[in-house]
Amino acid sequence: MTKPSEAAERLKAKFGEAILSVSEFRGEVNVTVGKNAIRDILLFLKNSDDLRYDLLIDLCGVDYCGDDPRFEIVYLLHSLPNNNHLRIKTRLRENETIDTVSDVWKAADWMEREIYDMLGISFNNHPDLRRILLVDDFSGHPLKKDFPLEGPDFDKPFTVQLEEETRTDKGFNG
Amino acid sequence: MAETRTMTINMGPQHPATHGVLRLLLELDGEIITKVVPHIGYLHRGVEKLSESMTYPQALTLTDRLDYTSALSNNLAYCLAVEKLLDLKIPKRAQYLRVLLAELQRLAAHLLWVATHALDMGAMTVLFYAFRERETILGMLEQVTGARLTPSFVRIGGLAKDIPDGFAAEVRAFVEDFPRRIDEYETLLTDNIIWKKRTQNIAPMSADEAVNYGVTGPVLRACGVNYDVRKAYPYSGYDEFDFEIPLGERGDVYDRYVVRLKEMRQSNRIIDQAINNLPTGPILADSAFAVPPDKEAVGKDIAALIRHFKIAQEGFETPRGEVYASIESSKGELGFYVVSDGSNKPFRMRIRPPSFINLGALPKMIEGQMVADVVAAIGSIDIVLGEIDR
Repeated sequence: MTKPSEAAERLKAKFGEAILSVSEFRGEVNVTVGKNAIRDILLFLKNSDDLRYDLLIDLCGVDYCGDDPRFEIVYLLHSLPNNNHLRIKTRLRENETIDTVSDVWKAADWMEREIYDMLGISFNNHPDLRRILLVDDFSGHPLKKDFPLEGPDFDKPFTVQLEEETRTDKGFNG
Repeated sequence: MAETRTMTINMGPQHPATHGVLRLLLELDGEIITKVVPHIGYLHRGVEKLSESMTYPQALTLTDRLDYTSALSNNLAYCLAVEKLLDLKIPKRAQYLRVLLAELQRLAAHLLWVATHALDMGAMTVLFYAFRERETILGMLEQVTGARLTPSFVRIGGLAKDIPDGFAAEVRAFVEDFPRRIDEYETLLTDNIIWKKRTQNIAPMSADEAVNYGVTGPVLRACGVNYDVRKAYPYSGYDEFDFEIPLGERGDVYDRYVVRLKEMRQSNRIIDQAINNLPTGPILADSAFAVPPDKEAVGKDIAALIRHFKIAQEGFETPRGEVYASIESSKGELGFYVVSDGSNKPFRMRIRPPSFINLGALPKMIEGQMVADVVAAIGSIDIVLGEIDR
């Protein structure tokens, strides 16, 4: 039974500089890695004999608007044999793309589409990168922090525009 | 030689058997499905984005509207995530009551599932039987929470209220009666030859495929994979309860049915233990900055009144960091990944929706199968579109 902290040590030993930082918060181990090594690292975690992170629980994106690099992609893995979680994170700049893992875990297919839909991040070699929740002709990516929450006429009173009525009567006295 | 042409038909979004607004594009070669393209998002309300402009206690109400067949479970998962972020200790009584309510809610959700799933395939009687018990459960939940559909009852730090007088006796009577009711559903379905022909070897998945597709919940366990969040990462005191995780073998529609029915029996056991071993004590954590004061104190004590308004209006600030907390909902692993920047609003609240990810495996399940089995496959995954589209 290997622990997530041991997995982090193994990653450090194997990938060296690609592992940027390891932190722990509330008993959860976070490993931040370089964007270019992400696929190799995840493949290693999945296929290595003793680590066996075989279930991709979650894959999501976070927009740290103002920071550089701006976006963070978060992979949450679960190991069925060892029963523990490991979170792998990687940062990327605006307009940068990242390799898909939808061929490693089929589960990643829709989750990557959702990230593309909500944050506008493209995944290289994804088989079917389309919007998933929003309509195809939607403009913008709403989970970006700079996505406008209000429209230009949000605070204006709503007026009903009726067709001009032709008034023939002039009232009681007319 | 005749030319082979495939036909594309559209199923949904308005279709009674898609359990909401799911649209499938089916490409057919005769009656065999060659390709499936699901289209989702018709119920998208942007819950993840909305929560970013709400305080932590306010965002709780959004979670009710995800999987609206088991709102209390959603409340619980969200509260567990925020409590983990705050490092709150929840009193034992609140933990047991949460387990009790979550399991009652699971029963209600599974009953709704067995009713509609059987109805989809033409077995109408099951609906009336299952809804009879579901009504009893919803009545009990209404007594406690005041609502049938969107209770928002599980609160950050504990529960909104304690259970009313007479509730325990009602639960005990229900628990005693319920196994016989499950027997009734089983008489209708389990050995029914038509049911078996309609469900066995339909939309099967192997264990490896299911894991690869990230499937969780009864659909995964029907393949024989023993993964249940209640056992793997026990929350809310589940490690103190004695229950088993039912597993299937073939991973087909029939096994999913069997696993869910066995799960209902286990849930019944858990409810029995929870109500009989219910500890006494407070139902809210002792935390002056995150937990609102007692309602009685608010009327008498000016300090309590100020605290009450402060939490209701401004919420509370959380430590910087990120946490993931998950529960075993009736559909699978429901997780909340909350990133905090130290303010009183979630910087990012990601919902890990079990139905969304389980539905992603639908094309794999039904490609190569008959078009008439699509309805059986969709029903067996037990999707709720409110959770898929968020």
